[in-house]
Amino acid sequence: MLLKNTYDVVIIGSGPGGLAAAVEAKKEGAQDVLVIERDVELGGILLQCIHNGFGLEIFNEDLPGPSYAQRYIDESLALGVETLLDTIVLEVTPGRKIYASSKKYGFVEINARAIVLAMGCRERTRAMIRIPGMRPAGVFTAGTAQRFVNVEGIMPGNKFVILGSGDIGMIMARRLTFEGAKVERVLEILPYLSGLTRNYVQCLQDFDIPLQFQHTVKFIHGKKRVEAVEIAAVDENWNFIPGTEELIPCDTLLLSVGLIPENELSRKVGVELDPITGGPYVDESRQTNVPGIFAAGNVVHVYDLADWVTLAGYEAGKGAAKFAMALRAKETAHIPVNAGKNVHHVVPQSINKYVLEQDEIELQLRVLKPIEDRSVIEVHDGNHQIVRRVVRYVRPGEMNTIKLKPRHFADVEKASSLTVDVSPR
Amino acid sequence: MVEKRKLICISCPVGCELTVTLDGDNILEVEDNACKLGLDYAQQEIFDPKRMVATSVKVKNGFHPLVPVYTEHPIPKPMIKDVLAEVRKVEIEAPVDFNQIVIENVLDTGVNIIASRNMPKV
Amino acid sequence: MQEKYDFIIIGGGVVGCIIARTLSRYEGKALLIEKQADVCMGTTAANTAIVHAGYDPLPNTLKARMNVKGNAMWDQLAGELNFAFERRGDFVVAVGEDELPALDVLMTQAKKNGVPGCAILSGPEVRRREKNITPETSGALWASTGGICDPFAVTVAAAENAVMNGAEIKLNTEFKEFIMDGSRIIGIKTNRGDFFSRWVINAAGLFSDFVMHQAGVRPEFIIKPRKGEYFVFDQADVQIDNVLFPVPSEKGKGILVTATVHGNTILGPNANIIQDKTDTSTTLAGMEEIWSGARKLIPSLSKKHVIATFAGLRPMGNAPCKTPGVNYNADYIIEIPKEVQGFVNLGGIESPGLASSPAIAQEVVDLLKDAGEELRVKKDWDPIRPARPRFREMSQKDRKLLVDMDPRYGRIICRCENVTEGEIIAEIHAPLPATTYDAIKRRTWLGTGRCQGGFDTPRIVEILARELGVSPLEITKLGKGSEFLLRPTKNVEG
Repeated sequence: MLLKNTYDVVIIGSGPGGLAAAVEAKKEGAQDVLVIERDVELGGILLQCIHNGFGLEIFNEDLPGPSYAQRYIDESLALGVETLLDTIVLEVTPGRKIYASSKKYGFVEINARAIVLAMGCRERTRAMIRIPGMRPAGVFTAGTAQRFVNVEGIMPGNKFVILGSGDIGMIMARRLTFEGAKVERVLEILPYLSGLTRNYVQCLQDFDIPLQFQHTVKFIHGKKRVEAVEIAAVDENWNFIPGTEELIPCDTLLLSVGLIPENELSRKVGVELDPITGGPYVDESRQTNVPGIFAAGNVVHVYDLADWVTLAGYEAGKGAAKFAMALRAKETAHIPVNAGKNVHHVVPQSINKYVLEQDEIELQLRVLKPIEDRSVIEVHDGNHQIVRRVVRYVRPGEMNTIKLKPRHFADVEKASSLTVDVSPR
Repeated sequence: MVEKRKLICISCPVGCELTVTLDGDNILEVEDNACKLGLDYAQQEIFDPKRMVATSVKVKNGFHPLVPVYTEHPIPKPMIKDVLAEVRKVEIEAPVDFNQIVIENVLDTGVNIIASRNMPKV
Repeated sequence: MQEKYDFIIIGGGVVGCIIARTLSRYEGKALLIEKQADVCMGTTAANTAIVHAGYDPLPNTLKARMNVKGNAMWDQLAGELNFAFERRGDFVVAVGEDELPALDVLMTQAKKNGVPGCAILSGPEVRRREKNITPETSGALWASTGGICDPFAVTVAAAENAVMNGAEIKLNTEFKEFIMDGSRIIGIKTNRGDFFSRWVINAAGLFSDFVMHQAGVRPEFIIKPRKGEYFVFDQADVQIDNVLFPVPSEKGKGILVTATVHGNTILGPNANIIQDKTDTSTTLAGMEEIWSGARKLIPSLSKKHVIATFAGLRPMGNAPCKTPGVNYNADYIIEIPKEVQGFVNLGGIESPGLASSPAIAQEVVDLLKDAGEELRVKKDWDPIRPARPRFREMSQKDRKLLVDMDPRYGRIICRCENVTEGEIIAEIHAPLPATTYDAIKRRTWLGTGRCQGGFDTPRIVEILARELGVSPLEITKLGKGSEFLLRPTKNVEG
């Protein structure tokens, strides 16, 4: 694949937000759209979310994550969206230059007229909630475990305790049960469910997996691999209630304790972040405070449904395409006016074609050789004539003129250069 | 004999906690439902509960070792375990197409197991 | 089969590895054994990473002498072994007027110990140099020779340089007992067979008491593990550029706030004596203790930005100081005991053991020479352990050059710390191969950022399995028994 130097819209991330932005940017008229994905295939985290529950809002269908992704992958490729896979963006500059790196494509520098940040979110870790105890193997975030089980085809454990009643946690409880593991307990520090009720019913209740509210992990045991976790009840201030401790033998602790928008790149380029959401401040077109940099999906704030991420992606894709096309119009507004057949020079040498929307432009020229007969002065774009004028004669000593008028704008707008020829009639 | 059962309606994200009064094969009353979807849900969930099942099958020579699959339509809830055991026996060959039927009419449920993505060959 | 060595070193911490490296300079065959799956798994793995200036140890102790002498050796060591070392200097901060006299005590000690470059700074001066410090700061001792380093990098680099110069390192090899010929030690028994040697050097850290007792030396000496817990902050959120100690107490140097060479700020340690020498767990109470201690110096810290917690054990000994008139019962042991022959005995090397380690190694060499060892320098000894590329530290321009040269450096495996596949593969095939997740983490700093390995773990498992030619099920976090993965998804029993 030959990379272009400049793209109209570059999208960082190919999850639901990124793919929707790519599709919409194309539909909105952006010509060169590139998606950069750090994984080896398009789809983002949807590919490991093999459970149903996607597409209810957008397709009115109950689809698994990969099916939902596949529809957008197929659509974006059909629309001519270009992709860079297995490539990580290292830096975005305020001038919208992108540094990225990959084994296959090497070190890549790309310019973008508009950028959509769609990096999604990351999982909160053990350290962020400061669970005391040993640091053995066997403590995984739910999403990492999900990737191992569903994509890599390897089970990270046989006997689980899951901390957090977020959707990924509950969905993993069912998934692990499907694959023959035992989920001993799901714990939630809050007095209510973090995830969706339907996931509680279909993932926990259906399989008699016990859920305890206002409980959390107090200590992790095991020097090399998790051997047990000590759990305990907490009060409303999350203080442990003495005497409620219980030791649950297990080989794995899964954490589903929240997601955080992933904004390292945003931060570095000066995108202002909302301390409440952890994501950029955006306007209705999903533009951040840095002109031409848009953001959509979980990178802005964490959503409950992928469908909403897709809708946000559409908005950002549309906004980015408009921004890019306006920029492209400005970049290409000045076109050269060339001296063609029998023309010594033309002034002005270039024009801003948008002036023609309202005003006329007079081109002044001198010919190379005299023609002592009726002659034609013609302005064309290389293929099509735009305007012609017939004069009685032309001589190098006398200046000639020809006017471009607002009625020529439609033709001139499409042109990348103008040429003036003078020939005998 | 009249009995009461508790159900959480999952027809929408509200998640009403229904109390269903039941006399054998007849539902006498559904309480605490915010809308009429709750009535249909109770009927379905009590007499013929069904679930979509999503899992994976082994794939030979694929880009990944597993390809995700799911039941094209919901299957009876009591059959989940048997269907999973059936799926586990299968190993298919890459390439796999998006929506390709992996098991036709699994365990006579009338439901196909289909692939939820394509899986290129390596 | 009998394997014969001239020197066997028990223990692959910073002391053992620098001794191995120092001995690899001389003719003779050296072997270092380490019971864990990597070097630097004990005390060296979890400390403040500070190369202490030397004002803290009591004057005229071996500890004081080793610290000051060792500190001066670090520039050359870092230059030869190519690891990050920065002499940023450090502050001992007095909070409130009551703590001011403690600074004078330290200043006097600094002079007695021969520590160069110390000064007492006023409160306003300290606040000018460190904006985040508590407004109650009344002054500080400033020691310009204090340094910070990455202890993993130091230990690994020393071990590698030893291997490059002909020393052997056997990992997963645990000392059991000595093989004696009368009162002479002639070898050791391990879980992986017997090894014979003319000299055995005890650098077993927390377990140095066990090793010397096996030789019948110093039965009264015991090591008590003293646990220290730490918090690590996200470098994007918290940036403290200085090394800030509180004034010391009987419990030690206290809970400090310090910069690291990787840019993260760390807090800790507390100091609690425990029983179990393998208990490196963090505790709720301990974490609260650190928190209140650190906030005394920097009140603005927020727990929200903590990205890691860990704990380490210091080997606190009970050896009396040998200098007449000095009443001190936790001095270092560096000796050739008289009871047995062929034994160099080290013990109680707690803080400032890292700073002292090059001096300790030199002391061992001197003892061996005194004992009649000739120690001829190898003709082809190479003191330089070359640096390997670190993508995260490079400019975009240099990155491009590197990736053009070897595209494996273009594939980022750790997105938080920008560690590449090329770097990981280089570590797996280094002179001292990194074969576990933690070994790669310590060498490349991968997985130490905000996501704490969530993104890179599946990829590391894949790369290690491929490069070592084993199943992903065999890949461990820190050695056998710490496997990440248990079975293929579809292999369900019953």
